[in-house]
Amino acid sequence: MKAGTTPTTATAGVTGSQLGAPVRAGATGPRNRSTFGRFVSDTLTMTRRNVLYLVRRPQVIVFALISPIMFVSLFNFVFGGSLDVPGLSYANYLIPGIMVQTVMFGGSNTAVGLAEDMTRGVIDRFRSLPMSRLAVLSGRTMADAMRGIITNSVIIVMGFVIGFRFNNGFGWAVASFLLVLLFGYSITWFYAWMGLSLGNVEAVQAASFLPAFPLTFAASTFAPVENMPGWLQVFSAHQPVTQVVDATRAMMQGGEIAGPLVRSLLWCAGIMLVFGFLSVRQYRKG
Amino acid sequence: MIEADQVVKHFGDVHALNGITLSVDEGEIFGLLGPNGAGKTTLVRILATLLKPTSGRCTLGGIDPHRDPMAVRALIGLAGQNAAVDDLLTGRENLEIVGRLYQLDRAEARRRADDILERLSLTDAADRQVRTYSGGMRRRIDLGASLVGRPRILILDEPTTGLDPRTRNELWQLIRDLVSDGATVLLTTQYLEEADELADRLAVIDLGHIIAEGTPDELKERLGGDRLMASPTEPDDMARVVSILEQVGATAPYVDDRRQQASIPVTNRIEALLAAGQLFENEQIALRDLAVTRPSLDDVFLSITGKRAETDEPEPAAAGRKGRRR
Repeated sequence: MKAGTTPTTATAGVTGSQLGAPVRAGATGPRNRSTFGRFVSDTLTMTRRNVLYLVRRPQVIVFALISPIMFVSLFNFVFGGSLDVPGLSYANYLIPGIMVQTVMFGGSNTAVGLAEDMTRGVIDRFRSLPMSRLAVLSGRTMADAMRGIITNSVIIVMGFVIGFRFNNGFGWAVASFLLVLLFGYSITWFYAWMGLSLGNVEAVQAASFLPAFPLTFAASTFAPVENMPGWLQVFSAHQPVTQVVDATRAMMQGGEIAGPLVRSLLWCAGIMLVFGFLSVRQYRKG
Repeated sequence: MIEADQVVKHFGDVHALNGITLSVDEGEIFGLLGPNGAGKTTLVRILATLLKPTSGRCTLGGIDPHRDPMAVRALIGLAGQNAAVDDLLTGRENLEIVGRLYQLDRAEARRRADDILERLSLTDAADRQVRTYSGGMRRRIDLGASLVGRPRILILDEPTTGLDPRTRNELWQLIRDLVSDGATVLLTTQYLEEADELADRLAVIDLGHIIAEGTPDELKERLGGDRLMASPTEPDDMARVVSILEQVGATAPYVDDRRQQASIPVTNRIEALLAAGQLFENEQIALRDLAVTRPSLDDVFLSITGKRAETDEPEPAAAGRKGRRR
């Protein structure tokens, strides 16, 4: 039997008349869908489910809004005066960094959310449904990426308050925003893998900040890499956050775009492929 | 409709299932009765495509869940013991999302959700978040989610564990109503009463083995049918009580010193009761209690496994979970 051709008429009796509500037998049975059609439709359904979760936990949204406001203010007013960045005001230097940092830290929500699902047994329900398995993960990462739109918009508004401006035209401004979202989306796959592998909410909460700190601080996020000790530069100049921050900054403020942008896109693709593959494998194992 | 042939599952050194063979006919309610850690949930997870067996074979509706999991998933509805519903979604949203994941279109998913909510008497609570539901309502919405796909096979893993007796009775009634139209049901339970109430046939499972199988009545028969029980008001009368029971029963009486009662298997319950009553009357023995008792499934379990069925502790969820992820 093909997965899509669930016997509707034969089984209509199951939900039968006993409690009064007659069932419209065979009115609209499950539709026959290709694997890809099923994946897209299930991803949208799961995204909706996860967005509802986001919306109904107002504290999560509130913290997601407060932390970028806090970071922008702290970094700008605490370090802004003492950090010398070549050719840019510190606000213009900082905002692209804060945006990338925020999507990096925000990814931990994906890990926690998946770990939570795994422990609550609701994942067993999804696994027992004739749905696309990948959609459980892609719906989660998609919803979390949507949250990134909100937080990054807040950062930009906050940036305008402290003197940040886009100085490279509207087109590049939009492109830079999209690049940050794309990076955020790739990084959620790393966190998805982490959440699925650790599988326990407390462990995930403790572990999820660990990779985010070195990656966002040992990078061109808040200060130029050139001022770091040589041994650290080896790491910080080549790791993905620096590439994405440099590309974003250049797209917003001008400067060399092509190099860092290509490297950023390669990093995004690589992260998505590797951790997408690992996540799906981990989920299947479950 | 459900066949399992020598299904074995080991989690490292833990032998959860040691060769389970069973066969459930179409339209039957089959109960899988066993204490905590007997392997019930492991078997359910294997049948529901969630877990691969170490060895052995099973089919649902003729389909192997590990060869063609999608086809089996389209066939089954699973209601687990953890009430796997989304707390922050409303009852209706939960059902609609499951409907959409069954590839139903929006309107049909909505219609089915409404139908099910009505039949589960949850219409009034339909638009409240599930976290505001009582324990019984949560089980009902979980059961409802397993019905959205109109399954031909319904797998209920301990559907009433942890519920109070009244809610449990309501849920039993609901399950009976839902399955009276021909779905095949595999029900696991650690409540002997529940198996007795719902199951047409049942298997008793312990330590990964099926140790008995039959209808509830057949299993009760295995204990030798009815017993006549008497307990004297004065402990000193026990010897005389035993000698009277010997006259009406077939074998030697069993004396329970702690409870101060003696019992004996009897072939004709009414005759034996009347005869014994007459003899106690003649001998002038004062009795606290005199009764014919039918063996409960608890007795069946005790007699087969040599231990009482544990019903107090929850399933060792942590251990089970560990097992399933490795």
